[in-house]
Amino acid sequence: MIRIFVPDDSAARSVGADEVAAGIAARIPSAEIVRTGSRGALWLEPMVEVETPQGRIAYGPVTPADLPDLLDALPSAGPHPLRLGPPEDLPWFADQQRLTFARCGITPPLDLAAYEAHGGLAGLRAALGMEGAAICAAVLDSGLRGRGGAGFPTGIKWKTVHEQSAPRKHVCCNADEGDSGAYADRMLMEGDPFLLIEGMAIAALATGATEGWIYIRSEYPEAIARMTAAIEVMERAGWLGEDLGGSGRAFRLRVRRGAGAYICGEESSMLNSIEGRRGVVRAKPPIPAIAGLFGEPTVVNNVLTLAAVPLILAKGAAFYRDYGVGRSTGTQPFTLGGNVARGGLIEKAFGVTARELIEGFGGGTASGRPFRTAQLGGPLGAYVCDEQLDLPMDYEALAEAGAMLGHGGITVFDDTVDMGAMARFAFEFCEIESCGKCTPCRVGATRGRETVEKILRGENVAANMVLVEDLCELMRDGSLCAMGGLTPMPVLSALRLFPEDFDRAPAPVTEHAAE
Amino acid sequence: MPNPARPPLEGASAAREICARHGDDPAALIEILHDLQEAEGHVPPDAVPEIALALNLGRAEVHGVLTFYHDFRQAPEGRVELQLCRGESCQAMGAEALIAAVCARRGAALGETSADGVTIKPVYCLGNCALAPAARVDGRLIGRASAERLDAALDAALSEPAR
Repeated sequence: MIRIFVPDDSAARSVGADEVAAGIAARIPSAEIVRTGSRGALWLEPMVEVETPQGRIAYGPVTPADLPDLLDALPSAGPHPLRLGPPEDLPWFADQQRLTFARCGITPPLDLAAYEAHGGLAGLRAALGMEGAAICAAVLDSGLRGRGGAGFPTGIKWKTVHEQSAPRKHVCCNADEGDSGAYADRMLMEGDPFLLIEGMAIAALATGATEGWIYIRSEYPEAIARMTAAIEVMERAGWLGEDLGGSGRAFRLRVRRGAGAYICGEESSMLNSIEGRRGVVRAKPPIPAIAGLFGEPTVVNNVLTLAAVPLILAKGAAFYRDYGVGRSTGTQPFTLGGNVARGGLIEKAFGVTARELIEGFGGGTASGRPFRTAQLGGPLGAYVCDEQLDLPMDYEALAEAGAMLGHGGITVFDDTVDMGAMARFAFEFCEIESCGKCTPCRVGATRGRETVEKILRGENVAANMVLVEDLCELMRDGSLCAMGGLTPMPVLSALRLFPEDFDRAPAPVTEHAAE
Repeated sequence: MPNPARPPLEGASAAREICARHGDDPAALIEILHDLQEAEGHVPPDAVPEIALALNLGRAEVHGVLTFYHDFRQAPEGRVELQLCRGESCQAMGAEALIAAVCARRGAALGETSADGVTIKPVYCLGNCALAPAARVDGRLIGRASAERLDAALDAALSEPAR
């Protein structure tokens, strides 16, 4: 019997993985078809792999139309124009440093035995033999910082919760991955859900939390279903529930669905949403570590933060800390999106440059036209120009350059992009998604969009440019959270790097009326 | 308490049942609204006072949550839901032109329902940014979407028996 691996990641399915799997099953009835997550080379999806004594051999991208002649080659892993060879040998994978995504695309996501065989649960087992304070110390030593965008040291957050004495504490996983260009959380939840659960269980042991929540955006129904199923598997295996891994301590984990509000990626909005309320931002202090969910001490971490923890416990803080640069330790799963030839997930130690990611891994634009800009770190991140691509991707270097890492998403644009339209869109997005609690964001977004529209119509361009800059300063300094506070980042970077796109001719009587 | 003389209203009993399934827990309000919308196609106005009563919340609080989140709708929509992504990654791959083309072909603007029952909605990121532009047709994710591929998916969805 031959084993053939076909991803059931939703991105792979969006370009025909289910049809390919069905086609193989129909034509090679003796084959065992194993559905896995995606390895992350989304430009090669659907990528089909066949097991051989020498390891797996990949073919891709496979469309149902390729199947008739591919099916002759598949059983023997024989030659075919789509044959890629062993996936680990492809430069795209060989040049990565897969720590968090080591298993994704290799094991079936809900196969706990396979998870364990590939190194899973080693971190949780280690944590079960440690005091909570020692777990917090190990995470602090690793230098792990919040992968959601803010980059706050995880160990400090955990230590704060650990030190609270309260009848009930919570661990909340923020899986409201709303940034365009970011999809690493989704891929991990669909492709290796036990890793996130293991990380959350370790957080519970470290802090004394008994209640766990995974808040997943409703735009990710596949991830919601996968995480829900994975929780059941872990409960049955005794790793969740009333007796966490035989420790005698309870950890009850459940999934909560979002409802289409970008703002719920902001941690205090998310807490309100989990409580069943409007996703309105809370004023800080108090911080969630002291008064979070239901007013009780709460760890709030991003998916990738929690998923990095098991390895730190399994291999030690020093192992993880040895990756990266300066105060940005470890690896970051970067995701390439937009107009890029080879889009997908690239996990690399901090310090890799945007150019290595976009040109090296990404192969430049998908359209083949010249590169113009990339937006780093999602809709609230800065646009950068070609000269800035040599910046190392780490928290400090990007902040110094007026940009940010955010959640690791990189969106590529070719030279057809209208930066005036993108600046307008940044305000429009803020207008649609603002929670409405603070005035700079709620009103500023609307006024900002209107003012950019005036500029794009050629009305009092110079005066309106000053107005936009002024408004951006006010939103940055006066907003309650990053939604209003960071919307100026894409707007101002577009304005400063690409002023030619805002230098519109006044009142378009005819298109080239005035210069 | 509900007036026993009042005739049972549409959506009210479904709301009560779903609240009970969630243990009448006010923290489950968003889950309750999701479940109700899945069952009824939308959140009927009659459900709001029933939910408020079951969860011991004010009607205004339930209304506030219902209207805060983009997912929830208070009136029925078309037979098929088409979500078109307007995120930056999709825009970089021509999403705005795709949206214009799809809307022209269906004869309905973004946010409207076409004569043949397709409700076209904007969405801000479906997490398929490497395979942009992205769309969802009744929950099925489509990558590298084109007007032709979406037409085929919509026609297939429309020809399926009503949900």
